[in-house]
Amino acid sequence: MTLRTRTFAPARSRFAPLRGPDFSRRLHWIYLAFGLAFLAFVGAMALLEHLGLPRSWIGFLFLVGPIVFYAGIGILSRTTDPAEYYVAGRRVPALYNGMATGADWMSAASFIGMAGTLYLSGYGGLAYILGWTGGFCLVALLIAPFLRKFGQYTIPDFLAARYDGNLVRVIAVVAAIACSFLYVVAQIYGVGLITSRITGVAFEVGVFLGLGGILVCSFLGGMRAVTWTQVAQYIVLLVAYLVPVAWLSIKQHASPVPQATYGYQLQKVIASEKRLQADPAERRVIAVFQARADAYDARLADIASALAAERSVATRRVAELKAANAPQGDIQAAERELARVPRDADAARDEWTRERDADRERAQPLAGMPPHAQQFAGDPHGDPAARRAFDESRRNFIALVFCLMVGTASLPHVLTRFYTTPSVAEARASVGWSLLFIVLLYLTAPALAVLVKVEVFDALVGTRFDQLPAWINNWSRVDPSLLQVSDVNGDGILQLGEIRIGGDIVVLATPEIAGLPYVISGLVAAGGLAAALSTADGLLLTIANALSHDLWFRIVDPKAPPTKRVTVSKVLLLMVALAAAYVTAQKPGDILLLVSWAFSIAASAFFPALVMGVFWKRANRWGAAAGMVGGLGLTLYYALVNQPGVREAFGVTSPVQLWWGIQPIAAGLFGVPFGFALLIVVSLLTPRPSKAARDMVDEVRLP
Amino acid sequence: MPPPDLAAPDPVRAARARHWRRTLRLTAALLLAWFVVGFVVTWFARELDFPFLGWPFSFWVAAQGGVVVFVVLIAVYARRMARADRRLADEARPGDEVPRR
Repeated sequence: MTLRTRTFAPARSRFAPLRGPDFSRRLHWIYLAFGLAFLAFVGAMALLEHLGLPRSWIGFLFLVGPIVFYAGIGILSRTTDPAEYYVAGRRVPALYNGMATGADWMSAASFIGMAGTLYLSGYGGLAYILGWTGGFCLVALLIAPFLRKFGQYTIPDFLAARYDGNLVRVIAVVAAIACSFLYVVAQIYGVGLITSRITGVAFEVGVFLGLGGILVCSFLGGMRAVTWTQVAQYIVLLVAYLVPVAWLSIKQHASPVPQATYGYQLQKVIASEKRLQADPAERRVIAVFQARADAYDARLADIASALAAERSVATRRVAELKAANAPQGDIQAAERELARVPRDADAARDEWTRERDADRERAQPLAGMPPHAQQFAGDPHGDPAARRAFDESRRNFIALVFCLMVGTASLPHVLTRFYTTPSVAEARASVGWSLLFIVLLYLTAPALAVLVKVEVFDALVGTRFDQLPAWINNWSRVDPSLLQVSDVNGDGILQLGEIRIGGDIVVLATPEIAGLPYVISGLVAAGGLAAALSTADGLLLTIANALSHDLWFRIVDPKAPPTKRVTVSKVLLLMVALAAAYVTAQKPGDILLLVSWAFSIAASAFFPALVMGVFWKRANRWGAAAGMVGGLGLTLYYALVNQPGVREAFGVTSPVQLWWGIQPIAAGLFGVPFGFALLIVVSLLTPRPSKAARDMVDEVRLP
Repeated sequence: MPPPDLAAPDPVRAARARHWRRTLRLTAALLLAWFVVGFVVTWFARELDFPFLGWPFSFWVAAQGGVVVFVVLIAVYARRMARADRRLADEARPGDEVPRR
């Protein structure tokens, strides 16, 4: 077996592992066979479904089947050799490193979240497409080739060598763990979501089941196992994403390549938006929500008496029902109602404010979604409020694009992948392959968002409530926050304003929306799982390696023998995975938001030090340390003061202070330039770096 | 990592310096293109709203055109740098003591 060439070999093997064209050819055959086996698996599932195998079984097999594949690869790739464990032996050909990076990079947020965000925010969501692809230009031009030339194991390794020692290493370790941990929590959340949906187990159980899937890939073989499973996972996730979208597109407008033709569907969406905005039934729904919001406003004006009134109404109702000897069920319902009355004035204020804001949000045209193709909110030629809205929306879009791009070029788990190619030239080429493989999916997500919108606007809206398609009930049962419909204006017909949709559902429900057999739903779940597992693996490995390689081996015990280093890595991997699963089980919210935060943190901590380390010889350790800490500090400060959720968690009560109206999600916009400025100023004020550091710069600049 | 051979003969050092300058020029040119596509076009998205193959132009750039340009930029970089590497190898050949890794 190719993958176990060095399994039992000592650290310095006499048997040269396969490299170069022979290795590539072998990989072509292996993964061609894997792709065909996977298609055969899907075909077999389709046949079983046709023969009447129950859906729960098909879902279960789709969950377990691929994981068994990955586990097989993971076990075949087990290793105790540090070069294999940390960087897959540095013999991953550019093409395959591209696929692995694609899977490493595309997370649950790309696979599940992105099309949903595009559905909900239209042009605004394209910031993610632009940002997450444009970032690879920075990786290719400013970072990957130099990192490969340096040729050690981790990002803190690079920074420590360039900036003379362990001060910068420790800062880098902390930052790498912070951003990777945030990111991995989002991935495990995605895993739990998919697992619980497919098998019907509780979310928390799904999280720990998924964790098993993550660990079988990375535990035994480190980077080597992760690399080769990621290639397989890329194939699975790409097939799983493209098939249902192509199918939906054929059904909807007879085009198998929606990426090339959805412009015309977009025109349809724009026309439907105009129709829906003028529709009297939609307006009635809006009026109902507005009335509800106003009612909450009235209660909030005098909380004490409103609360007393509500409680007395509920109490009286219970008493009346009991007196009238009403059925037990009715009495219990009334008692539950009474128990739901807020405990005290503070609880009432919180709850009613939340309800009011939710109602207000739904009292908007198009259920609060902006017109799909409209660039930015507001109007540059309108009244001052509209002009301001336009300016802020445009600034925020650009700021988000910037943070996502720079964050992409700073995320340790992606950058480490470029250590694994055989040469600098292959590292450069492999960034191109990575982006190409990523783009295959990223060109499809905006198309999917538009196709689903056509389906919802033109087919779903206007259906009678007793004739709703089955997927609506299925999904609102799984999680009401994903999908909820209610006949708000009481006309028995579904209006757009009566659907509350969570972005994640767009991808997960596409097969059902398109009326595809259940086997395709299973396929999508397998794809989402592949995306989340592959990213989680890369991230866990990064965190565990930062702890084991950078802290333990480089600082605490530099004389540790290679096997022991790998063992410590494995133990830490397990601990980090359990910690991440524990945090995830607390359901910390929105996938895309968590991920975006990781980007701002990585960008402000790493980007200035990484880039200046190569392009400015005068940068020294004090400058790098100041730039990293200062940039990261500013980003975190901005988040702490302004991000709802974070504010509450840390008990921040000062007023929200946005700078130039920039949303806290793009805090890196301030952190990155501040980091650059500090790095330059402090470097110039302190002595120049050591000769070793300057020599290293010369060295990495050479191909 | 072996230390770079700073005692390398002058022609070799000059060739290396030329290689680095070429790298910098190429990087700057590609970053400029990256900036224009990623930020300048985006900044004027509202103005660039004319229809293009069925899409509004700026929507198309953000969803497809820009993304494809990014791939092309990286491909150009990889190819030109591979050529620059070969050139460096040629120019630096007279001094056989150049460390090659």
